[in-house]
Amino acid sequence: MVPLSLIDRGRKARLHTVCAGRRLTARLASMGLVPGVEMEVVNSSAKGPFIVSVKGTRLILGRGMVSKILVIP
Amino acid sequence: MANIMRVAEHQNQRKTATRSRHIDVALAGNPNSGKTTIFNNLTGARQHVGNYPGVTVEKKTGTCEHHGIKMSVVDLPGTYSLTAHSGEEMVARDYIINERPDVVVVILDASNLERNLYLATQLMEMNVRLVLALNMSDVAAARGIKFDLGLLSQLLGAPVVPTVGHRNEGTSELLHAIVSAATNEQPEHVSVSYGKELEDEIGRISDLITTSGTPLGQYPPRWLAIKLLESDQDVRKKVGSEEILGAVEQTAERLEKLFGHPLEVIIAGQRYGFISGACTEAVRSTVEARHTASDQIDAVVTNRVGGLPIFFGLMYLVFHLTFTLGDPPMGWLESLFGWLGKVIDSWWSPGSESALRSLLIDGVIGGVGGVIVFLPNILLLFVAITILEDSGYMARAAFIMDRFMHKIGLHGKSFIPMLIGFGCSVPAIMATRTIENRKDRLTTMLVVPLMSCGARLPIYALIIPAFFPHSWHGPMLWTIYVIGIILAVCSAKLLKLTLLKGQAPPFVMELPPYRLPTLKGTLIHTWERAWLYLRKAGTIILGISIILWALTNYPKKTDFGRVYSAEIAAAESAYESDPETLAAKMDEIEQAMQAEELAYTMAGRIGHAIEPLLRPMGFDWKIGTALIGAFAAKEVFVAQMGIVYAVGEADEESDPLRERLHESYTPLQAFCIMLFCLVSAPCMATVAVTKRESGSWKWALFQLGGLTTLAYVLTTVVYQVGSVFTAGAG
Repeated sequence: MVPLSLIDRGRKARLHTVCAGRRLTARLASMGLVPGVEMEVVNSSAKGPFIVSVKGTRLILGRGMVSKILVIP
Repeated sequence: MANIMRVAEHQNQRKTATRSRHIDVALAGNPNSGKTTIFNNLTGARQHVGNYPGVTVEKKTGTCEHHGIKMSVVDLPGTYSLTAHSGEEMVARDYIINERPDVVVVILDASNLERNLYLATQLMEMNVRLVLALNMSDVAAARGIKFDLGLLSQLLGAPVVPTVGHRNEGTSELLHAIVSAATNEQPEHVSVSYGKELEDEIGRISDLITTSGTPLGQYPPRWLAIKLLESDQDVRKKVGSEEILGAVEQTAERLEKLFGHPLEVIIAGQRYGFISGACTEAVRSTVEARHTASDQIDAVVTNRVGGLPIFFGLMYLVFHLTFTLGDPPMGWLESLFGWLGKVIDSWWSPGSESALRSLLIDGVIGGVGGVIVFLPNILLLFVAITILEDSGYMARAAFIMDRFMHKIGLHGKSFIPMLIGFGCSVPAIMATRTIENRKDRLTTMLVVPLMSCGARLPIYALIIPAFFPHSWHGPMLWTIYVIGIILAVCSAKLLKLTLLKGQAPPFVMELPPYRLPTLKGTLIHTWERAWLYLRKAGTIILGISIILWALTNYPKKTDFGRVYSAEIAAAESAYESDPETLAAKMDEIEQAMQAEELAYTMAGRIGHAIEPLLRPMGFDWKIGTALIGAFAAKEVFVAQMGIVYAVGEADEESDPLRERLHESYTPLQAFCIMLFCLVSAPCMATVAVTKRESGSWKWALFQLGGLTTLAYVLTTVVYQVGSVFTAGAG
């Protein structure tokens, strides 16, 4: 289990848990970021935000978020 | 529970029976599902824009007819779900529950079905008759996605109609489905099953709600139970009963221990599971490659190296086109008003003094006409912003700017209101609602007026061509806008370091696929803008122009310091043989007389009173009066300059305003005028909307005072430093 921030561009991983406040976790879940979902890193940068693909949707995740999302590569 | 269900069904049937000739339809859907296009297709021009009562969410309504059956259609705000977290979502769900529309149409982006169906699963729980519009089915087909419509409809318990919004395909089929859904005596009903543990609790809690007798008749008990388990604050407040809330809390605690995740996450997971199940059965993707054209564009546009230059290049293109394409129609409008002025002038005998003629020509045409002339520029700017928004580029700009915005303590989302601010500060400040964190929202709101709005464009459009060579026009305009952006960024940083300190909050945002903006949508949007601008010109700007005209004309001076008639006579006899010198001499005398007349009027007196204050910035009292008017609406600056320079000139061929300005001011002064107008006091409407959105006068007045001080200091520095340089160069 690793933070999403360690996943390379173009790689896929499965979401395990989101380590954030209840409200944010719920919001992410309603956007499709639920446990077990497959996500692909479409765009990433060393210090900037990520673009991930979840269920065919592209989401921008800020830098802070990316390190709070634990995934199984 | 069964009892209540029967009552609700009975009510529905009665409604259907008595109102069979009229159907209430509500359109729901995600923000990028093409909902507005479908709404435009259904209702055409029969639209009405208003607000939902009590909130500032825009409400669009319209009517249409299908085989003699009348329908009223409401375009609900675009939302991804129906939680209590955002105003838009609350509005949408309250509308459905309180107004009980006969049919709710969910517009789904067929190329992104799973995500889009999430909203539909929530609507299923609200006991409404659903019709699903599988929109942009052409895009989905091009991507090799195939739908088994019959099976999909069966699995989701609602008719599914494929549509292609931008080509107006499937509209009559959709209307047909709406009518049959509304008249269907036994609508089928499917709902998400949340698994045994959750379902048991949902059943127990909804029974508890039914038996407790809380007056929540219009809310389906199952929906209430689910919302309570999702800890929906609004529903908790509505239910209020300690007994029920206590039971919910116990259940939630137990289940969360069992599942190891918050219940909201479990419930969302089950909904996505249900959707995923339906899609696996009824949707086939023949093409495996998920890298679409949209991703390929993104690889370039959101590129680490290329992203920023592309962004600034696009911005430059927007301002360049605004100017060059707007030029010819502007010339036509100018000639139109010139001709109108001559026609009105011909109603009076030459040389006669008439207050009405002066009011019409100097006040109304000089003021309002001077503002309307810039309509082409404004429209082009709005077309450009609409295209950037509708194409999906705005969200990319947020992504590109995020790293940068992070440095000033905000995140990329704050950049979207700033971009909208190029159009108008009022919707831009309203767009800050998408920012969840209050401190961030306030910071963004306070700096938005620094993004140069469309109303300031006429000022630049008047001044730049008057003072700068043609090849400078585009770059000059671009510079002004960039100065605004830089100032906004610096002010935001300053605010985040001092008054509104705080950590940058998490940044999550949907990145919509690129889409070709539809001509119809762009035209409708642009027309709305044009109409707003013209209405403003016809009401507030007309009113202020008349007031400013009166202030600039009255009181009339009768007792002059010099005896002009004697001077004229003396000049005439002295230069009788030299008509050129005579003309120059006469001009000089006339200008001195006008200056004395103007100085005597109310505007002159106010202007002179504040002139010492404006001197350091290089402004004279004429600019001073225009700046006062500009507080009401920025365009008034142009109107007032027109009025000031037209006074006393009605009986001769008056120079176009630009030439007069060129004679009166230096390019440095011209630049200072633009700089001050860019930064200073936001207009009244902006102050009012800031007050409303921030919830207090404190922030609105802080914005007003802060920006004006900034403008004053900055313009003074630029003028003083610039004067030293130009003097040195000269």
